[in-house]
Amino acid sequence: MEFTLKTFIFYGFALMTIASALAVVTVRNIVHAAFALMVTLFGVAGLYVFLQADFLAATQVIVYVGGILVLILFGVMMTSGRLEMRIHIERGQLLLGGGISLALLMLLLTVIANTPIWKNLTDDGTQLAPTTERIGQLILNEKFLLPFEVVSVLLLVALIGAALISRKEVRD
Amino acid sequence: MEINLLEQIVIPIIKILFIAHLLIIGVMAMIWSERRVSGWMQDRLGPNRVGPQGLLQPIADGIKFLFKEDLIPNHVDKPLYVLAPAMLLVPAMITIAVVPFGSSITIPGLENPILLQIADINIGILFILAITSLGVYGVVIGAWASNNKYSLLGGLRSSAQMISYELTLGLAIIGVLMLSSSLSLRTIAVEQGAYPWKWNFLIHFPAFLAFTTAMFAETNRLPFDLAEAEQELVAGYHTEYSSMKFAIFFMAEYMNMIVGSAVVVTLFLGGWHFFGLENVGGEGSILAGLISFAIFFIKTGIFLFVFIWVRWTLPRFRYDQLMNFGWKFLLPVTLTSIVVTGTLWVVVKENKQLWIGIGNVVAAFIVVAIVAGMLAMDNNSKSAVQSTPAAAPLRGLDAVE
Repeated sequence: MEFTLKTFIFYGFALMTIASALAVVTVRNIVHAAFALMVTLFGVAGLYVFLQADFLAATQVIVYVGGILVLILFGVMMTSGRLEMRIHIERGQLLLGGGISLALLMLLLTVIANTPIWKNLTDDGTQLAPTTERIGQLILNEKFLLPFEVVSVLLLVALIGAALISRKEVRD
Repeated sequence: MEINLLEQIVIPIIKILFIAHLLIIGVMAMIWSERRVSGWMQDRLGPNRVGPQGLLQPIADGIKFLFKEDLIPNHVDKPLYVLAPAMLLVPAMITIAVVPFGSSITIPGLENPILLQIADINIGILFILAITSLGVYGVVIGAWASNNKYSLLGGLRSSAQMISYELTLGLAIIGVLMLSSSLSLRTIAVEQGAYPWKWNFLIHFPAFLAFTTAMFAETNRLPFDLAEAEQELVAGYHTEYSSMKFAIFFMAEYMNMIVGSAVVVTLFLGGWHFFGLENVGGEGSILAGLISFAIFFIKTGIFLFVFIWVRWTLPRFRYDQLMNFGWKFLLPVTLTSIVVTGTLWVVVKENKQLWIGIGNVVAAFIVVAIVAGMLAMDNNSKSAVQSTPAAAPLRGLDAVE
């Protein structure tokens, strides 16, 4: 395998993703964990760029890093402003989580072992076309218009429901 | 894969260095002009002692900040406390990477013309939205790590505000994207052409206003600076910061303003185009490139002046006003603008831009009227209930008065 600048940056992103993902599950301070999760999600976005999935990469950052994680942080800060906020792990949770992780690892290893061509994956410099236009055509014009609209309505219902539940009732 | 050293490495590095330095110098210029223009607007002089017309004042300020003791209070969360200013500065700086600051220059001997832009990526707008959404972390992390209740309150206010107005920011540009059918900022700027009546700010006037307003909110500038309202929160999220760390928060704010202005100029004000000057020197010549850059520079400068102007014109919003304005006025206006633009685009056959422009303004007026009417009705029914303080938890301050 030739070692170019591109592979160097790729391994940088991969290392960043894995290291911060480890930090998410090992760090005791909940805000530090949330911060590490941000680095992980950002690293995944970087990996998408290497797959030439430009739209997906940008959306990953907008939705997960810019939206969901901010809300998580927001929630943590609203519920507790103290620095000593710690995570307590029970033994039962440890066993359950470890079991699920182990099963997932086995599944992934099976997939990797059964993928015959992964050794041949070298960068041949192919530039794929930008994906945004194709995604837009598929969602709004061709195959997936109905599922897309159904999902939008579902999200709208969830949104209104959330607003209704979180709102303090004003009775007269 | 062969790498053309000059075209793929050297020239981009030169562009990056140029823009990064221009941004930092721009921050210095903004600090100076903010103080001088503020002085002018308040009928006083402002700093005019250091250098001619006080031009060296930002450098003096910078040196002062650098030599101040870098204080880290004992009660803070040290790693995040140190990281927070950088978390704010980095997104502010890298957004400029996709903004085109001029046309292109053709130099004989090179394969491709040099674009006056660091990276013309296909998803330019999405990149900007993505990076802008990172900016909130600097504020939130800094506020939390300071372990100070005023900082935390400032951070909470700021993050709620940024999340609310980010929606408007994203929705306001959908109309622009529909007409130019591209996410690349260069294409959007080229589509608008040289004549002001074809620029997007006339075609999408309500969206332009909404975008600009949301940008003021995103940069935490007056009238949206609730995150650092001095009278209420000491200094908000950067209360515990001193020395160069405080200065970096400050620099990030100005950089956000500069980059935001550049984005507005590109999206709505025709980018580097201006009528009468589009053919000077011929396509691709160095002169044409320089002129296009100068036009972009001047447009951005004018917009930055508007930032300062607004600061001394409008007082700060109250928190409930801020949220009402964002969710009940800006959001419906931008949403209607999308629907109107899309509908007229399909229905109208001739003079599309004219009719979309008119339709957008009319629709925005109708929406504002409806919302205002609904709010007025709501207030009337509420004033009957107001005698019980529990009914209006958010308006506690009014009740005290």
